Amino acid sequence: MAGKTLYDKLWDAHLVKQRDDGSSLIYIDRHILHEVTSPQAFEGLRMADRKPWRLDVNVATPDHNISTDTAERAAGVDGIPDEVSRIQVKTLDDNCDYFGIREFGMNEMGQGIVHVMGPELGASLPGMTVVCGDSHTATHGAFACLAHGIGTSEVEHVLATQCLVAKKMKNMLINVEGQLGNGVTPKDVVLAIIGEIGTAGGTGYAIEFAGQVFRDMSIEGRMTVCNMAIEAGARVGMVAADDKTIEYFKGRQFAPTGEVWDQAVAYWETLQSDADAMFDAVVELSGGDIAPQVTWGTSPEMVAPVTGLIPCAENEQDPAKKQGIERALTYMGLEGGTPIVEIPVDRVFIGSCTNSRIEDMRAAAEVAKGRKVSESIKQVLVVPGSQMVKAQAEAEGLDKIFIEAGMDWREPGCSMCLAMNADKLGAGEHCASTSNRNFEGRQGGGGRTHLVSPAMAAAAAIAGHITDVRSFD
Amino acid sequence: MKAFTVHKGLVAPMDRANVDTDMIIPKQFLKSIKRSGFGPNLFDELRYLDEGAPGQDCTNRPLNPDFPLNWSRYQGASVLLCRENFGCGSSREHAPWALDDYGFRAVIAPSFADIFFTNCFKNGLLPIVLEENIVDKLFEEAEENEGYELSVDLSRQVVVTPSGEELSFSVDEFSKHCLLEGLDEIGLTLNEVDSIRAYEAAREKDTPWLFGAIK
Repeated sequence: MAGKTLYDKLWDAHLVKQRDDGSSLIYIDRHILHEVTSPQAFEGLRMADRKPWRLDVNVATPDHNISTDTAERAAGVDGIPDEVSRIQVKTLDDNCDYFGIREFGMNEMGQGIVHVMGPELGASLPGMTVVCGDSHTATHGAFACLAHGIGTSEVEHVLATQCLVAKKMKNMLINVEGQLGNGVTPKDVVLAIIGEIGTAGGTGYAIEFAGQVFRDMSIEGRMTVCNMAIEAGARVGMVAADDKTIEYFKGRQFAPTGEVWDQAVAYWETLQSDADAMFDAVVELSGGDIAPQVTWGTSPEMVAPVTGLIPCAENEQDPAKKQGIERALTYMGLEGGTPIVEIPVDRVFIGSCTNSRIEDMRAAAEVAKGRKVSESIKQVLVVPGSQMVKAQAEAEGLDKIFIEAGMDWREPGCSMCLAMNADKLGAGEHCASTSNRNFEGRQGGGGRTHLVSPAMAAAAAIAGHITDVRSFD
Repeated sequence: MKAFTVHKGLVAPMDRANVDTDMIIPKQFLKSIKRSGFGPNLFDELRYLDEGAPGQDCTNRPLNPDFPLNWSRYQGASVLLCRENFGCGSSREHAPWALDDYGFRAVIAPSFADIFFTNCFKNGLLPIVLEENIVDKLFEEAEENEGYELSVDLSRQVVVTPSGEELSFSVDEFSKHCLLEGLDEIGLTLNEVDSIRAYEAAREKDTPWLFGAIK
């Protein structure tokens, strides 16, 4: 019999019951809540007179629609200018108080984007099942968690039962061997993967990222990659645990200590696929072939190396794809055949659950240091992913580098990734963005998003257009 | 949850691939703390020519004349015909809430994104996967014939065309049962309380760090 994949092992370890009808109940170890997808779930609990099954698995924080403006944040929750947003953030506070759930409030140390604060607090740990009402929950798979996004009905289901009704996914292995070139980052790797398998390529699969490139990658880099598994259609993306994984969690607020730490480490060390494990699909890429990536269209699969050209619709044989390219280029205001480096940029966004951790801040600061934002750029937002990232960046003086370059240094939150607050693009504006989705209107009605790495975003801010960060000296 | 047994309704075509949840219900409407009232903002950016705001009365907003749902022939549609990878992107359940609130009871496509697909079942909205060539044919028929209706029979797992042709689809047994009966899934899971407690007790012994850390 073939060995087990990492996903098989995590699934088996959390299986509460296999029902006769083919559905399964799986146990959830950690549930992270935020203001947008939880209010209706809490309301459901109240209406049915139910209580959370366990309190010590839940952790909450507001992130999606809070202001990132320092003065507005200082005014507290009551000072949130948009009434609808204010009510939603207050509702999270009230629900956490009422049900007794641990919340990191808007201005509290520990607050941050759910997928940044969870790992950094050790609230999510290797080997856990982690869920959150947010599709980027796969982020936590970077340290061998079975982590995925859920809808609000499932948020309520997890709160009430500590379980989810689930169906086992298929296994996909994405193997990237070799070494990345200078200036090529985890973001470029995941964009190249999405370009290869397409935005629905991973639908129905749990993806395991393996190979030298991921072994060499930091835990934060692996988070960037797993974060975007959903952009390839996969709810789950993961990387096996190794020494780096264990080292990352040592000393974190909610991580175990003493003898229990040793016990946990012994378990975490088993969190890899067996050598003879069988995968339903295998994709191979060569790390050395990956260049910095830039999306030119309205789906993350519409991506090209920075050295490339925007594709021409007339060269596409498949009529549906041809129509997709035409529609995307019309929306983006771009012409096929244009070099990627000639794409104009109006605003730059460095942040989001994909790229707002300290390593991302350092990568952007390295490019920005001693340089000035191009006069043609309207705004550069640098939004740290959490209070802890912000504090660390400020301790390293990164905030000063950004400010001196002419960038805005903001308070932690989701910000312009989805533009639920005031941080948004105007119609027709192009944005070099370190976020995860370039859908129409995602960053503001009519806005045009180009997904890039933090270093590439900073370089675009300096150059005033998309540019190859490798040509910066 | 609302039950789904048999539904016959007018078909509206949405002829584009990779329709994402931002398109189905744009982010500004996610600020609501309610489950209802999203229908007027379904496909907001495609449907209207101005930018929508939460809480706004949509009755006098300028409609996009090129968007099929605005055409008189598709008014009252309750079956949405779509292209591949429908519902990709975020986990927002506001997407099926908006489709349901608008009046859709079933969505037919060659493929769906996983989270959206799961969310539909929790809201009495039936997502149906049919092969691409069959979907192509349904698009042609719906566009050629005004008033084109399809009938969906969940218990027999068939979509019936006006000519009487039966197109079968698959659905997992558990979701089908819940949808046919309109069952509360939480209530069903709570019937397994002994299994959950037993699992938990073993887990606390083997992995004590997963208990009590967050207070």
